Amino acid sequence: MSNPVRALVVAETSDGQPIPLVWEMLGLARRWADETGGAVHACVLGDGLDAAAVALAARGADRVHRIASPSLSPYQADAWLPDVCAVARAVGPAAVMIGHTPQGADLAPRIAFRLDAGIATACNRASWTAGRLEVTRPCYGGKAEETVSFRTATAVVTVKAKCFAPAPAQAARHGDVVAVPTVLDAASVRTRVRGSRRDASAGANLESANIVVAGGGGMKGPDGFGMLERLAVALGGAVGASRVACDLGWCPPGRQVGLSGKTVAPELYLAVGISGAGQHMAGCVNSKTIVAINTDAAAPIFRYARYGVVADCHALVPALIEVLESKAR
Amino acid sequence: MKIVVCVKEIPDPDIAASVFQVDEAARAVVPVPGLRSVASPFDEQAIEVALRLRDQLGSAAISLVTLGDETAKAIVKNGLALGADDAYLLVDEAFDGGDATTTARALAAAIRKIGGVDLVLTGRQAADDDAGIVGCGIAEILGVPAVTFAMDVAVDGGALVVERSLGDGSETVEAPLPALVTVSHEVGKVRPASLRETMKAARQPLTVGTAADLELTAGDVGAAGARRTLERLAVPKNDVRCEFLAGESPEALAATLIERLSAARIL
Repeated sequence: MSNPVRALVVAETSDGQPIPLVWEMLGLARRWADETGGAVHACVLGDGLDAAAVALAARGADRVHRIASPSLSPYQADAWLPDVCAVARAVGPAAVMIGHTPQGADLAPRIAFRLDAGIATACNRASWTAGRLEVTRPCYGGKAEETVSFRTATAVVTVKAKCFAPAPAQAARHGDVVAVPTVLDAASVRTRVRGSRRDASAGANLESANIVVAGGGGMKGPDGFGMLERLAVALGGAVGASRVACDLGWCPPGRQVGLSGKTVAPELYLAVGISGAGQHMAGCVNSKTIVAINTDAAAPIFRYARYGVVADCHALVPALIEVLESKAR
Repeated sequence: MKIVVCVKEIPDPDIAASVFQVDEAARAVVPVPGLRSVASPFDEQAIEVALRLRDQLGSAAISLVTLGDETAKAIVKNGLALGADDAYLLVDEAFDGGDATTTARALAAAIRKIGGVDLVLTGRQAADDDAGIVGCGIAEILGVPAVTFAMDVAVDGGALVVERSLGDGSETVEAPLPALVTVSHEVGKVRPASLRETMKAARQPLTVGTAADLELTAGDVGAAGARRTLERLAVPKNDVRCEFLAGESPEALAATLIERLSAARIL
């Protein structure tokens, strides 16, 4: 790595503050900038985000482009595109970094096409080799991983959560916060959000949960999932499910973890009555620690598990709830 | 209403990890015996959305477009058997070595060539690359709005109404036609092919197109037009060793598990 690396982090916010993944991207961008004498730019879009802009500077951004406009909240790709692209063109970064979240995955490909930049999504490793950015990302449902480089001066990358160390907050650190006027022509926004249904309860967001308790065919019915719900509450986690359990209607499809469902990478993935088919593992193989509970000691899930319990979950799960609840008392 | 569904032929994503292999030198998946080619599951769900829209509207012309090898004919025939009206297969050595950018270019060119398309449907991502780039790319090239991660798609007074999946819920988005929608798994089950349609599909000719047919030059597609380079493809090492916990009773096992997780600072 020799050339100074300039990176632009596009900050996603929630309740007026950047989401934790933004700190992870800033940590990575800061490291690149420090090692090469480069710079870290960040942009934040929407109303009422002054505190978020200051926080971005405190966590390592040299320059924060704050674009305030009511048209930019809530997020819509059509509304954000002109401003993010304008900042990117002005900064000319080697990497535009966007969190791999439902919002980031919606935004990033369009940014790449508008900038005519190469793009890689869901990256979990990144390095500079001979002045070229190389990123690694899982593919084939986690059965393989690919490393790609870019042929364009700017690359757009979406970064997976919990893969990079977050930048620490340094209260004394002040970057430039620049108010940038929006370039958005409201008439160019073709989509309109009619309404949304968000579930703010703990464990509602499967993809960002630190602990996931997932059930499969071994749950034997919707009642089994009622039991898992209680275990998830006791652990402060979210409930997930295998395709089998969702297809049988024991659990709503939004809870499905796997190749044809959601991808999770929590600190703890507790797989209950799940055999561990490839299609399921695709959605959870990057979990930090997997614990498997299954009656079949030969189930493939144990090949991925750090701890295994060969037991009937209908007896074990209530016992786990009891231990956790008695600890809490 | 004229609908185009983009479909991709991929190696069966359900193949067991113990059988799956890559050739690191060739940077490609090894076609081990028994590895079938299938349509990417999200693309099948995109076909299902097209069929549901036809059910809702009473009529709709549904075309399938795929970029791939001659072998993709099988998955396209399957899509016809589900009820699509016609299919376009883009096959050309010039497409080899491409990436998401060149794929989006070729598919967008095909959609333009078909002409008069109101709605383009794709899966939210292909289940081999797991990238989710091509759909929005097509929309950008065609200059139409894109709505991603659809759980439900309806047409209401000439506008598209899409229920889209978010991390912690969903939102309803309205977009004018023409538009592109990427389809998520929450759409649910795909209908089975009928025997009558399967028989009809077997006889139905496919339209085969090349880069030249799409008026794309060599620099637009394939390795020459790609924006990125695949440096390495590997199977990640699985060095996890499972520790099986022992205990006389469920209570004892539960206590041991919680102890272990606490000691490892996981809880």
